[in-house]
Amino acid sequence: MQPNPPKTPRAILDAQGVTKSFGAVQALRGASLRVGAGEIVALMGANGAGKSTLVKILTGALRHDAGTITIKDRPVRFASPAAARRAGLVPVYQEPALIPDLDVGQNLRLGATPVAPFRHWVDALGVTGLRMDDAIGHLPLATLRILDLARALAMEPDVLMLDEMTAALPTDLVDNVLRVMRGQADAGRAVIYISHRFPEIARICDRATVLRDGVTVGDLPIVPGVEEEVVELMLGQRMTPAVAATGRSAAKGTARLSVAGLSLGSKLAEVSFDLHAGEVLGVVALEGQGQDELFEVLAGFRRAGSGRISVDGTPVAFRHPADAIAAGLTFVPGNRADALAMGRSVRENIALPGFAAPRRWGPIAMQAEATRIGAAIDRLQIDTRAQGEVRRLSGGNQQKVTIGRWIAHGVQTLLLFDPTRGIDVRTKRQIYELCRDLAAQGAAVLYYTSELAEVPQACDRAIVIFGGRVVAEMPAAEATEAALLRAAYGLAVAT
Amino acid sequence: MTTGTVQAPFARIGRLLRDYPIIALLVLLVALIVLLQILNPGIINQRWIGNTIKFAIPLAMLAACQTFTMYTGGIDLSAAAVATITAFVMATQVPHLGDAAGIALALVPAVLIGLLNGFGVGICRVHPLIMTLGSGLIGIGCLQVYQRSTIATGSAIPPVLEWLGTGRTFWLPNGLWLFVPFAALMLFIQRRTGFGRLLYAVGANEGAARLSGLRTWQLYFALYTLSALIAGLTGLLYAGIIRTTSLSLVEPLLLPSVAAAVIGGTSIFGGRGSYAGTIVGALILTVLGTLLTLLQMPEGGRQIIFGGIILAVTAIYMRLTETG
Repeated sequence: MQPNPPKTPRAILDAQGVTKSFGAVQALRGASLRVGAGEIVALMGANGAGKSTLVKILTGALRHDAGTITIKDRPVRFASPAAARRAGLVPVYQEPALIPDLDVGQNLRLGATPVAPFRHWVDALGVTGLRMDDAIGHLPLATLRILDLARALAMEPDVLMLDEMTAALPTDLVDNVLRVMRGQADAGRAVIYISHRFPEIARICDRATVLRDGVTVGDLPIVPGVEEEVVELMLGQRMTPAVAATGRSAAKGTARLSVAGLSLGSKLAEVSFDLHAGEVLGVVALEGQGQDELFEVLAGFRRAGSGRISVDGTPVAFRHPADAIAAGLTFVPGNRADALAMGRSVRENIALPGFAAPRRWGPIAMQAEATRIGAAIDRLQIDTRAQGEVRRLSGGNQQKVTIGRWIAHGVQTLLLFDPTRGIDVRTKRQIYELCRDLAAQGAAVLYYTSELAEVPQACDRAIVIFGGRVVAEMPAAEATEAALLRAAYGLAVAT
Repeated sequence: MTTGTVQAPFARIGRLLRDYPIIALLVLLVALIVLLQILNPGIINQRWIGNTIKFAIPLAMLAACQTFTMYTGGIDLSAAAVATITAFVMATQVPHLGDAAGIALALVPAVLIGLLNGFGVGICRVHPLIMTLGSGLIGIGCLQVYQRSTIATGSAIPPVLEWLGTGRTFWLPNGLWLFVPFAALMLFIQRRTGFGRLLYAVGANEGAARLSGLRTWQLYFALYTLSALIAGLTGLLYAGIIRTTSLSLVEPLLLPSVAAAVIGGTSIFGGRGSYAGTIVGALILTVLGTLLTLLQMPEGGRQIIFGGIILAVTAIYMRLTETG
């Protein structure tokens, strides 16, 4: 698809045609990544493109099915993360790999990290006043990420791989990290830089390798204006499907759910939006931009630092999911395993919310329950051949059970977190239609999705969250994948 | 099922056992009784059956505490202590207060220990194993203090409890007058009430129950208080059977009560099981006890066989629930 990549210096890491399947799902169908001495290469791809699978293979956490990986021209096949480290490939992950109960010095000894170079890099990265007997658990996240990076640098790796390294860092530290990375490359080492942030990529990366659907679809030199091309590559040739939403604007007036200035630590900053009855509001964000925290706050699982949530104009404060449910906010989490009693029946799972309050602990009207649950099963077209145990249902049918649970008890405001993740196309359609039906009957739906193409099909309107802030809002008709992706990457959007 | 028709019947039996473990348990029970009859012809008569049921009843009742707490992934190791305390307090208070008031007062410490367990498990999030172990020890300690202050006043078992514990209607023990309604109530609670559904749901996935709006601490309070009340009731009946009390009256039933629930197919990991299985489990353990006595097995040998059977049954259940 793309012309051959520009000739680079001697490759330090060269992965070609890597494939990997998980059961019937082929996560990688031919991924390639080549990093030469003195290069910083950005690895890019939309959610589900296979980035994390490739990273896990390169760092020894998974083994590939086919393809070749060479480091300095020697073919390798890592049996463990430790083997990858010995071969000279050192990753720094989003979650610092430091043991909270030990102090800095003890953590270094665990990994046999030489102390003098570690100190050198800590200073070079601009963290001052660190003592070797500081307990890891008492240090701020930003410092920990720097320590993790300094530890990796102290091992003098041939290939350094940074996963969203700058995500939790203040700007001065970001500058230091970028400067040190450039220095590494200038010293003839190789760096793989995984990031959702275009401005940083433009500053330090030499090339961008783009994955889509498990295949490397492009390898571009970073030049001004390349962002557009990268976005197109990430999206591929997929045409925007017909807009199912008619662009109806929901009845205005008092919002069913109104969020104003919601903040939570470093995760959410001044998030504000209104969700009206009769509306499906899409939420779009790349991984880890605060959407998880937003839904957890709205569902009553955690409390916000500051800000206001109102339901039908009345301010509410949730201390427990039960409070959110009482206010009509019902939550379908992203991970179905979190929501289902897997060993119990479809009927018991759907009926569950009806018994939560102690006054409902008494005898069950079995006949009435059967009728009500039968209706929900019919409406959602749940395949009940394996209804004795939810674990035996397909993913799509399991998802229908988690949604059907709230349908059976009356939906006012439905919070759906990535409801179509990993389910088949037909069920996805049914879920879009269900959202539209619910909205038509007066419910309000907040719909986070990691699949941008869903937004025009399921939603009336969409907001985009980046770095804990709402950075864009657009009607479904304008919510093309390209527009959403640009906003989700923090690129300027005309709103 | 790609391996063809040879495997199919075995797989079908496996699935049958998994879905209806009670069938396998009844087969095991009958097999033990047949074995007993072969080893000692003529032993199986009305009197033997009546005695077996009489001693299986308190075990099955105490095992209800384990079964219900196990539905949520818990256990109640304070059950025997609570039963002992209730029996002891009842027997020492009845001479002062009369039968009804003595029995009612005796249930007060049971409820208190139940609430303490509910507090520890539901609010402080202590593991039930540790919580109930600790509360049971505290309870027995308090009972020893109580005993010193009341030793001189004597004790009595109310006639109604003696009638329940030792009397017979035709050849069946009177304990059934208590146990049949009790078992029916337990089965109703587990299958036909919101409370029962929540027990299984919490055991299968506590997060899912929370997500559905359950404040889990409320459930744990209710569950452990119910368990303590059942234990107290068991203590009263057992005092009627033994016709005396002591500071370790019901203690020998504690581990068998756990075993009865496990043999009966209740998962210690929560979310699976039935009290019907526990009842058969209690009968199996009682018959097994007779069998081992009859074989004149020394105490050590009995314990080895007991432990071996519990491990074997648990291993079989694990296999059945993992596959398919």
